[in-house]
Amino acid sequence: MNPFQFTRATTPKAAISAITKESGTYFLAGGTNLIDLMKREVIIPERLVDINKLPLATIEKTASGLRIGAMAKNSAVADHELVKKHFPLLSMALNAGASAQLRNMATVGGNLMQRTRCSYFYDTSMPCNKRGPVQAGPDKGKPNGPSGCGAIGGFNRMHAIFGSSSKCIAVHPSDMCIALAALDATVNVSGPKGDRRIPFSEFHRLPGELPQKDNTLLPGELILSVDLPTNRFADHSHYLKIRDRASYAFALVSVGVGLDMKGGMIQDVRLAMGGVAHKPWRLFEAEQFLKGKEATEVNFKQAAALAMKDAKGYGENDFKLTLAPNSIIDALKTATKTA
Amino acid sequence: MTKETKNPSIDRVDGRMKVTGGANYFADFELPSMAYCVLVGSEIARGTISSLDTKKAQGAPGVLGVFTHQNMPPIPGWDAPIGGQADGPPPKPKTEETYRILSSPKILFDGQPIAIVVADTYERATYAASLVKATYAKQASRTDLSKHVAEGIAPGGSGDYSRGKADAHQTAPITLEANYTIPIEVHNPMELHGILAHWTGPDKLMIYAKTQGVNATQNAMAQAFKLDPKNIHVHTEFMGGGFGMGLRTWPQETAVVAIARKIGRPLKLVMNRSQMFTLVGHRPYTVQTIRMGADQTGKLVSINHAATAETARYEDFTEATVNMTKFMYACPNVSTRYRIVRLDRSVPIWMRGPGEATGAFALESAMDEMAHKLNLDPIEFRLRNYTETDPEHNRPYSSKNLREAYEKGADAIGWNNRKPQPGSLREGNWLIGYGMSTGVFNAFRWEASARALLKADGSLTVQSAVTDIGPGTGTALTMIAHNVLGVPVEKIKVEYGDTSLPKAPSQGGSAIVSAVGSAVFDACTAIKQALIELAVKDGSSLAGRQADELTLANGILSVEKEPGKKLTVSELMQVNKLTVIDRTKESKAGPDHQKYSMYSFSVHFVQVRVNPLTGVVRVAKAVSVADSGRIISPKTAASQMIGGVAGGIGMALTEEAVIDHRFGRFVNNNFADYHVAVHADVPAIETIMIDKPDPIINPMGAKGMGEIALIGFAGAVANAVFNATGQRVRDLPITPDKVMQKLV
Ligand SMILES: Cc1cc2nc3c(=O)[nH]c(=O)nc-3n(C[C@H](O)[C@H](O)[C@H](O)COP(=O)(O)OP(=O)(O)OC[C@H]3O[C@@H](n4cnc5c(N)ncnc54)[C@H](O)[C@@H]3O)c2cc1C
Ligand code: SF4
Repeated sequence: MNPFQFTRATTPKAAISAITKESGTYFLAGGTNLIDLMKREVIIPERLVDINKLPLATIEKTASGLRIGAMAKNSAVADHELVKKHFPLLSMALNAGASAQLRNMATVGGNLMQRTRCSYFYDTSMPCNKRGPVQAGPDKGKPNGPSGCGAIGGFNRMHAIFGSSSKCIAVHPSDMCIALAALDATVNVSGPKGDRRIPFSEFHRLPGELPQKDNTLLPGELILSVDLPTNRFADHSHYLKIRDRASYAFALVSVGVGLDMKGGMIQDVRLAMGGVAHKPWRLFEAEQFLKGKEATEVNFKQAAALAMKDAKGYGENDFKLTLAPNSIIDALKTATKTA
Repeated sequence: MTKETKNPSIDRVDGRMKVTGGANYFADFELPSMAYCVLVGSEIARGTISSLDTKKAQGAPGVLGVFTHQNMPPIPGWDAPIGGQADGPPPKPKTEETYRILSSPKILFDGQPIAIVVADTYERATYAASLVKATYAKQASRTDLSKHVAEGIAPGGSGDYSRGKADAHQTAPITLEANYTIPIEVHNPMELHGILAHWTGPDKLMIYAKTQGVNATQNAMAQAFKLDPKNIHVHTEFMGGGFGMGLRTWPQETAVVAIARKIGRPLKLVMNRSQMFTLVGHRPYTVQTIRMGADQTGKLVSINHAATAETARYEDFTEATVNMTKFMYACPNVSTRYRIVRLDRSVPIWMRGPGEATGAFALESAMDEMAHKLNLDPIEFRLRNYTETDPEHNRPYSSKNLREAYEKGADAIGWNNRKPQPGSLREGNWLIGYGMSTGVFNAFRWEASARALLKADGSLTVQSAVTDIGPGTGTALTMIAHNVLGVPVEKIKVEYGDTSLPKAPSQGGSAIVSAVGSAVFDACTAIKQALIELAVKDGSSLAGRQADELTLANGILSVEKEPGKKLTVSELMQVNKLTVIDRTKESKAGPDHQKYSMYSFSVHFVQVRVNPLTGVVRVAKAVSVADSGRIISPKTAASQMIGGVAGGIGMALTEEAVIDHRFGRFVNNNFADYHVAVHADVPAIETIMIDKPDPIINPMGAKGMGEIALIGFAGAVANAVFNATGQRVRDLPITPDKVMQKLV
């Protein structure tokens, strides 16, 4: 690991001004992703601003729903009574992620900002477009490893089937974000130019021509909190995560479902998938189709088929073209039965 | 005595130390003025280093030296003809390349060390290592065995085998041909590999190593540095898991010793996780073909078993992948063939259950496939081909209680709930299936020595150089000593893992209880004899009694016929002015061993739950039965089996080291992406011990069980998945994509 300077901020303002002042400065939250990236020299910060002392860890009821502070630990959110009661999908998704130890360190802000787990991204001797140029460190200015996308034509078992580009086929690895996408969250941020609210579906982005950019956060912006609007999905929520071992593995495919049921009818529905795209993938068309329909396997199959319309495999991840629709069906079935 | 009675269960004698941090592993040792080594690995699999810039690293804070092929101190004993292995004869046929660490710019495998950086702290060494920059003249590399199976060569020593008619397969009424693949698996013990080397004099060396055999490391270093082994002291009391990767001295260890001598400070190397994938061996990628013939009565007519495995270009690694097929079943026509392909890969090494586990997956899957074709219960099919004598060597087994093992295991798993028709059992969205498989491994008894010291206070110390890699060696040796001398377990201390103690073989091959246990048995028996001789001698209160009338228990000698007549060991020793009785024994197999085939057997049963939509497979229940002679320490023996099953679940469902063959480089060489089974993958495991002594192998009647705990397990899972779904998975690991069924 490269030498770096370390400072600690106690107010959001101070944190923002510290990161805006000098390039090569990063916020340090739980460190569970950033420190790994530093060890592998994918990111070589010159300065870290520790934001763990910021008063941003509260989880509180608001007029329209729930506000979760950016520094709330993943485990604290998952175990919070209000979350468990009103947004069980979020609890389930969080608990499906990482390990108990990691969840005790990881924060909501850090989880939103975590980088892809694409192996090529992590190995600076391998080609990758996402790493972009090295911003700092001893090799200042030099390219950060070879460019090109290593995963295309390579080991892409974990990679995207939706919304990829010829530049990058990586997926966003978060479980929590799948629930947040399904639950129509809003991200509250503050930056040098003031505060703004970002609808969740606009927070993460597709790779396009700029795979270095995971999201729409602007330089110097700090995530303050995430808002969740009240909903009627609590009784019929399910997070299904399919992975290569029973725990402590990233999703091959995951599905977050929230159903608002009346009798056997689906009044309203939210569906999002993980492990399939560069951003949490909302299944708008499938949702539209299911709304007002009966909760039957036939309808679930049709919804799954609709969801898969523009899917595209890259070889080793072709199995997701089957696993994804199957998982949608399985998750819908389970969600119908819960409560 | 132990032959007749079952042993009581005692706690692991070093358990408390291990869970409270009292046990010192090699990296726990700190020495004054110690410095740290960090390895820099190549980023290509084949080619030559064209430039190596070490200037920045050399100038970094705390750096004491950067060693590359340009300035590596020579290793005097390495003029021997072969690569990493300085301790064996040259292979036949000759390998294409020689691997000598940091001796040439040539790159033979990805991750090959190109520099060793030494600094005053680990962190500074790590930083400086990141500043070493190399450029390469890259050559096309070959790392994908599946593309080169046809290029297999017959390694020296392990010839093809056949009995009966070679073409029997062609005329068999019912036939089967199937290919099975095992991916690269990596031992991945929790403890990282490395060494701490300290030159205590110009020709004197102290080593704290991560080795499965201190004597083996001592010999390897003696050869490498042309020293008298007596001047090399190796200490490895505890090991945080080995599974085979510590069965040799790896080149980077020797290099650290050479650099320590040059720098004049003790040096510690602790490798990182990704280096564990390339520098300390692995289970080789192996493809196998089984052709099997049977008749309508369920009798095997023929088995052909061919295996091809990868090895390095600089060293031929071989293992006993096809051996089980030669002797497991009563089959008149059997042939086996084993080949290796030299690739641009680092050399493999035995990994728990080694080749036998690889081979058992194929054979026991094929047995299941054939049973299905024959419409026979898989156990019934095995029983119809059961053999009481070893058909390979035409001699009896020293002991074999496999029938009983099948029966007990079947009972425990609830085998009678199994339906022969796949896909018949369902619980909600989940299909249920049952599978079983047999495991077998040689029961060895190698030469070993041990010392026992009985003190007048009634305490006993047992010593042997053997390392405890985790199975509970200390506990087993305690039980053996206790059984012979009757000294209470709390008063027995076992000292091990140090070359100052009596010589012992490396911990491996499931052989330590048998080998070292026998030596301990003999040393303790010698003490017992000495005590009895003193007790019946003139002047003693038991004078005149026959030696065989005396019994010894809890430190008291007594005569059964004369209740009340007692003599304590301490009295006896005091009277004879003895403070200690000290015996060392060397112990080895007798000539009788040639007359028998000696194997440990296991049977694994599993119940799986499979979601046919998502392809998720869960092992819901596992029962493993060991037929490994007398069980010395029931609790640690059960732990051995449980550990083997956990490893078996990994082998069956999750473990695979993946190479991007375009680069010849691993893409999942870390603990997040290489999936060792975690708790959630491992259900409650029932272990059953047949616990019947083997009359031949050794005085305790105990056979090994480290390997059989794993061998066969993956096959049992694959067979259960087939029973649940009708889906036959022949390529491990059984991940969801291989099982899910297409719906939409
Ligand atoms: C072995 C392993 C397994 C894992 N498995 C899973 C899994 O199965 N599912 C899953 O979802 N996740 C998994 N994770 C990822 C884990 O969830 C993330 O590492 C974690 O959520 C990151 O949070 P953190 O607080 O530690 O972030 P940090 O590592 O501290 O920061 C990550 C990034 O976010 C930035 N950042 C942090 N807070 C803010 C903020 N408030 N505003 C703006 N920027 C900010 C940092 O500057 C940094 O760039 C795993 C991680 C590991 C190491
Ligand atoms: S998928 Fe994206 S992150 Fe992975 S190698 Fe390609 S560009 Fe890099």
